[in-house]
Amino acid sequence: MGDWYRDLANSGVGSTLVGQLGLPRPAVLRRYEPGAPLLTGPAVVGTAGAGRLRETLTRVLEDAGVTVLPGVDDDGGRLAAVLLDATGGTGPADLAAAYEFLAPAVRRLGPSGRVLVLADPPSDADSPAQAAARQALEGLVRSVAKELRNGGTANLLVVPADAGASVPGPVRFFLSGRSAYVDGQVVRLTAADVPAGEDAERPLAGKVAVVTGAARGIGASIARVVARDGAHVVAVDVPAAGDKLAEVANEIGGTAFQLDVTAPDAAQRLVAHLRERRHAGVGPGVDVVVHNAGITRDKLLVNMDAARWNSVMAVNLQAQLDLTQALLDADGVLRPGARVVCVSSQSGIAGNRGQTNYAASKAGVIGMVRAWAPAFAERGATINAVAPGFIVTEMTAKMPFGTREIGSRINSLQQGGLPVDVAETIAWLSRPSAAGVNGQVVRVCGQSFLGA
Amino acid sequence: MAPQTRKAAIVGGNRIPFARSNSAYAQASNQDMLTATLDGLVARFGLQGQQVGEVVAGAVLKHARDFNLTREAVLGSRLSAATPAYDVQQACGTGLEAAVLVANKIALGQIESGIAGGVDTTSDAPLAIHDEMRRVLIALSSARTLRQRLEALAGVRPGMFVPEAPRNAEPRTGLAMGDHQAITAREWGISREAQDELTVRSHHNLAAAYERGFFDDLVTPYLGLTRDENLRPDTSVEKLAKLEPVFGTGDPDATMTAGNSTPLSDGASAVLLASDAWAAERGLPVLAHLVDAQTAAVDHVHGGEGLLMAPAYAVPVLLARNGLTLQDFDFYEVHEAFASTVLATLKAWEDPAFCKERLGLDAPLGAIDRSRLNVNGSSLAAGHPFAATGGRIVASLAKQLHEAGPGRRGLISICAAGGQGVVAILES
Ligand SMILES: NC(=O)c1ccc[n+]([C@@H]2O[C@H](COP(=O)([O-])OP(=O)(O)OC[C@H]3O[C@@H](n4cnc5c(N)ncnc54)[C@H](O)[C@@H]3O)[C@@H](O)[C@H]2O)c1
Repeated sequence: MGDWYRDLANSGVGSTLVGQLGLPRPAVLRRYEPGAPLLTGPAVVGTAGAGRLRETLTRVLEDAGVTVLPGVDDDGGRLAAVLLDATGGTGPADLAAAYEFLAPAVRRLGPSGRVLVLADPPSDADSPAQAAARQALEGLVRSVAKELRNGGTANLLVVPADAGASVPGPVRFFLSGRSAYVDGQVVRLTAADVPAGEDAERPLAGKVAVVTGAARGIGASIARVVARDGAHVVAVDVPAAGDKLAEVANEIGGTAFQLDVTAPDAAQRLVAHLRERRHAGVGPGVDVVVHNAGITRDKLLVNMDAARWNSVMAVNLQAQLDLTQALLDADGVLRPGARVVCVSSQSGIAGNRGQTNYAASKAGVIGMVRAWAPAFAERGATINAVAPGFIVTEMTAKMPFGTREIGSRINSLQQGGLPVDVAETIAWLSRPSAAGVNGQVVRVCGQSFLGA
Repeated sequence: MAPQTRKAAIVGGNRIPFARSNSAYAQASNQDMLTATLDGLVARFGLQGQQVGEVVAGAVLKHARDFNLTREAVLGSRLSAATPAYDVQQACGTGLEAAVLVANKIALGQIESGIAGGVDTTSDAPLAIHDEMRRVLIALSSARTLRQRLEALAGVRPGMFVPEAPRNAEPRTGLAMGDHQAITAREWGISREAQDELTVRSHHNLAAAYERGFFDDLVTPYLGLTRDENLRPDTSVEKLAKLEPVFGTGDPDATMTAGNSTPLSDGASAVLLASDAWAAERGLPVLAHLVDAQTAAVDHVHGGEGLLMAPAYAVPVLLARNGLTLQDFDFYEVHEAFASTVLATLKAWEDPAFCKERLGLDAPLGAIDRSRLNVNGSSLAAGHPFAATGGRIVASLAKQLHEAGPGRRGLISICAAGGQGVVAILES
């Protein structure tokens, strides 16, 4: 699906026109293609405080073949990424160092550049002053994200003292083209056993992934990306969508499993299927579960009928609860290091007129993920939510022109995201190297102005 | 020395919903439907790019261009192009016969896996040109001179332009299959009420099976259809009683209506069979095994036997060979060509005179527990695209047996045009 305005703004005549009218200039985002380098230019790493993660960051960059410049002023070229290790600060005075490093570096940031800041958790601070300084970084990063142009993003990783080993995977994600539409986000890491040696191109090789709602839209994209990353995908959708589901499964070499996730015996049937089959030749069970199936039945609350309310709750929330519980209960089905990723929505964070049912269900998903995270951590697994913002799909293509245009522009990247942006984020959370990301809600919304 | 044999496993199946003639699939060819059905099977079992031992399928109504129908469908599917295929045709027994052929090769160790299928369209059926017109055209194409060509063309008469539609009639008797069955129904005294009751049960059983999700891993939607188009979940004996008889109407007490006879339909089915080892290697389930099969034929032209009564003869042979009685089954799948076919067959097995004189048995085979008959509906409700029915039944019965647990047994009985019958035993 094209973005006519973005294409116009980037064309010869259009660019001049857009400039003269002072209109926003949405960039063509750098998106991951297999074989693409982590960054397309050099990076710079700075500190504001003791900086206990600086070495880790430098190693991640150098391992990926990125040139790490010693400082900002060395040559006049563009930077692909600016990384600030702000750990180990003691109070607001350290923030000045952050400002001093970032200002000249961000000025030199190239197209689809990355600003990534790593900070200590405010909740673990020794003093109010320290907590203030740590929290301040959130405001700083979110504002930088809003100031960046040309497809640039800024995000913050909060790293507790014991979670240093969890850093590399998330850093790679936020620097890469996989995070194209993830902007202004704060992700808190936890200590975890991070397996060493992940295949960068096929991190999910030998894994089985269940993706619900995979017949079309975002779910089909998730299935494709997870399969590209090496997983055998069990593509799930309602029996009525079985023909499209089969097409997706055949395209990616996965299997189609027709199942209405709200059927009374859905959980039992999914478990039985995962027990009975040895997908991809790897013993029975599943490594990655993506709860993506979702529906909208919009009406103002005062006009809402029970059928609309109940069906949205059943698909968007209850099915996620029931299937997850059943997988946890079934011995040996959820394999060690399992990843569960639940699709929420911006509406679940910001609320949306006409979507009391939908927003309630999607907010419920966030509550569920946070509540379950400790139990998942105990078994070396993770559960996270991904909340898409305005994603260009067949569904949004049918929206009235005005609504669609406004919906797609009110974010820092001034454009709608693509299904693949949601899919890449989910595939990242599914990786072994994302072991230290648990109970998080990652928005894929281009730093939407809604609910921010 | 005979080679060691093993029983072929039924791994699963796929079919498209069956459509009524000239409806949802009016524009689809046999090759289109068979290809889509194979692709659905490939998706269900992750067979993309894989070579299976053999694909065997067929169609009853077939265009001349479809001389290599199954192989062409394979080439258009996601299976490896290195998968061999051949066509078979045994009228309505085609689908089951294909499964038997695949199972036998697996049993003999000649192949490790195979797909059996069938497809038929009554919407895109071949139209033959008038025989005399065909002769004119052949003469024309071999004519060398203008004069010879003109002479050939002079033979054309207006009547020759009328195409010949395929007839659902027996070549040797000129009777429609339904009219043949009407004779049998009358001979066996099969009442209109009993036929309508069986029909209602077929619809209700099929509807209930859909409702409980039984077909979720047996059917893949096609061209907008998600369930069999002929299915009437709310039909009743009262509603069916209103229909006028359409077969055997020379008889004032004719009993066979469009309700208790299968409609002309379009559709396709496929079943994946394999050795146990092949299935285990791929982590695929084994729903049941095909234990044994038998065919029989009767002389409906001169022999005084009903056209569709051959299964009544095939079953006792199969039972004897396997040391079983008719009551040793958990499920019975008796193809509902017409409600009266099923009822006449069951009645014949209960009839001492028939069993003694025609089947040469000391005692009748006896009655079956009707609650075990066509428990997930059959052709009266689903429709009957001739060659696709066998695959529908094999896959559904295998799944039903698997759900019931190990060691369960099912009997399949399918009647076919030309006075033939194909029957088989599955066991979980
Ligand atoms: N498109 C957006 O902008 C957007 C924004 C925020 C969140 N989301 C969420 O992303 C997810 C995917 O959305 P989409 O835009 O691709 O929608 P979509 O309608 O295109 O796809 C949803 C899929 O889920 C399937 N599904 C629905 N009910 C099901 C059930 N009971 N069992 C199994 N499958 C079922 C549908 O058949 C369909 O294939 C949803 O959870 C949605 O709420 C989308």
